Amino acid sequence: MRRFARAFSIWVAACVMGVFVSAPAMAAEVKASRIVAIGGSVTEIVYALGEEGRLVGRDSTSVYPPEALKLPDTGYIRALSPEGVLSLNPDLILMLDGAGPPPALDALKAAGVPIVTIPEGFDHKAIVNKIDAVGAALGVQEKSKALAAKVDAALGKAVALSATKDRKSRVLFVLSPREGRLMAGGGHTQADGIITMAGAENVFSGVEGYKPISDEAVIAAAPDVILMMTGAGDHAASDDEVLALPAIAETPAGKANRIVRMDGMYLLGFGPRTADAIVALHEALYSNRKPGE
Amino acid sequence: MAATTVVEEPAMQAAKPLRAAVPQMVIAALIVGVVVAAGISLTAGASNASAFAVAMHWTGLAPADAILPRDLLIIEAIRLPRVVLGLLVGAALAVSGAVMQGIFRNPLADPGLAGVSAGAGLGAAAMIVLGGSLALPLTGAFGYAALPVAAFGGGLFTTIVLYSLSTRLGRTSIATMLLAGIALGALSGAATGLLVYMADDKQLRDLTFWGMGSLGGATWQKIATLAVVVTASFCALPFMSRGLNALALGEAAAWHMGISVERLKRTAIVIVAAMTGASVAVSGGIGFVGIVVPHVLRLAIGPDHRVLLPASALLGGALLVLADAVARTVAAPAELPIGIVTALAGAPFFLWLLLRRRSILDL
Repeated sequence: MRRFARAFSIWVAACVMGVFVSAPAMAAEVKASRIVAIGGSVTEIVYALGEEGRLVGRDSTSVYPPEALKLPDTGYIRALSPEGVLSLNPDLILMLDGAGPPPALDALKAAGVPIVTIPEGFDHKAIVNKIDAVGAALGVQEKSKALAAKVDAALGKAVALSATKDRKSRVLFVLSPREGRLMAGGGHTQADGIITMAGAENVFSGVEGYKPISDEAVIAAAPDVILMMTGAGDHAASDDEVLALPAIAETPAGKANRIVRMDGMYLLGFGPRTADAIVALHEALYSNRKPGE
Repeated sequence: MAATTVVEEPAMQAAKPLRAAVPQMVIAALIVGVVVAAGISLTAGASNASAFAVAMHWTGLAPADAILPRDLLIIEAIRLPRVVLGLLVGAALAVSGAVMQGIFRNPLADPGLAGVSAGAGLGAAAMIVLGGSLALPLTGAFGYAALPVAAFGGGLFTTIVLYSLSTRLGRTSIATMLLAGIALGALSGAATGLLVYMADDKQLRDLTFWGMGSLGGATWQKIATLAVVVTASFCALPFMSRGLNALALGEAAAWHMGISVERLKRTAIVIVAAMTGASVAVSGGIGFVGIVVPHVLRLAIGPDHRVLLPASALLGGALLVLADAVARTVAAPAELPIGIVTALAGAPFFLWLLLRRRSILDL
């Protein structure tokens, strides 16, 4: 009996270790077929690997490709509901780092569902790492190696191409122009990452995170271009409204009517499409026309 | 200010013949209501796990292998704790509201007036925003419990400050407390605003969701902690009911009736602070229960605290558990913050009730 108990406890320990340490390897053997993808770029990578048939759910930030919207939505990445996720009967949860809340993750772990955390990051290498991690978790290393190599090369090319300008365009990323109080993208944000990769300069890279910025600071920063997301919610102010804001009207960007809009997930997702986004952003920033004209 | 006083006398006279029978019936109906609400909440959820099957499993009526371990886990470790936590939080908030309205003799009083909610909000914000860096020893010691501990600490701290501000020579001025509470609330709000300013976008999202409340993190450990606070507080209620009834006539009148007014106020503030602080700590900001439940009951059964307090506990618990069932199922497999549900359902109902019974409330 005791020997059995010992064998059993070793086995349990091995399983626990398996979940935490070598979940990708384990998943590769079992080949999970009911996967919940949490995090927009994680979902995008699963689609890019052609493994979308194994997905049974996503979070609310997974909005690309449009087919992904048909999957059941388990809520915002930081406010997951454990029963909601379990109701999809997943055998693997692919989770972008930072998903939560922690009690929900505890409940999911208690339910014995393997969870693989995909590291998040806002630069070239981070994207490649994400693809490797997702590929390993899905047990499709062959495909993910190919995708990672392709994306790696595309990113390298896009960044190299973007780095050719001798005068860097000064960009102000506006998350939202709430009632004229600008929420700008500072350093260590997705916006900062993509602006840098597109060969431009983020005027507020010295400020940490997304922050409300005073009108005077905006004028003093003298951005050449305003960068915003297209679409939903309170980001919906029109170009003219934004350019007419007192803070912006006085800047070079306001005087030259230079505003660039790109889809939020495309611009800030840091997934397989980022190389294209860099090229598109670079062209939009350095051309004299507005995108789409 | 005098609204409750005005209600008191005609209501008492008119309802006197009924008094003997009605309270027992209301309490009995509410107990049935709590059981039904708990039943509905246990049965409803994003997954198809069956509470009935689990009940069969518990009682041994079904073979042991008839139930999936996943379903067992969903019912036992996710839904059941939420239902129990919902009952406790709802009861604590509703009773706190009823006590505050009694002490302040003001229909607008809610648990937030003791400064607890604002202080707890500040504590939570501090933990969410600074928890990663400044408060490392605290997060290290408490793990995820650091957030509720910080919220409870913040609530307790503001209440102590508020109480000492409004107490001179052993007498607590309710008017000072009301006004100082507003000032302290503004101060906590400003400090919270500063933290919001410092927060990154993920922390902002966490703050927003915290403010809207959730029973999502229910664990038996949290329940045990809250249960101790709520049980201890409830033990004091029978001794407070008579005093609160007398207080409706004014502090002087209550004193002449032999009520130790100062002790009553002190007890009330301590139990409200403890119950609200503990509730807010485990479930975030759930508004409206503390205001709506006591008023609905006052309209239905009159202002006698001997019935009002236990009835508030039952109705508060039942309503919060039902609201949680809605929050869990409406957007499944995602989840709505419960504060949205309580306000969305509670506010229009309350308005409707007010309009119908306007004359009685004399507002």
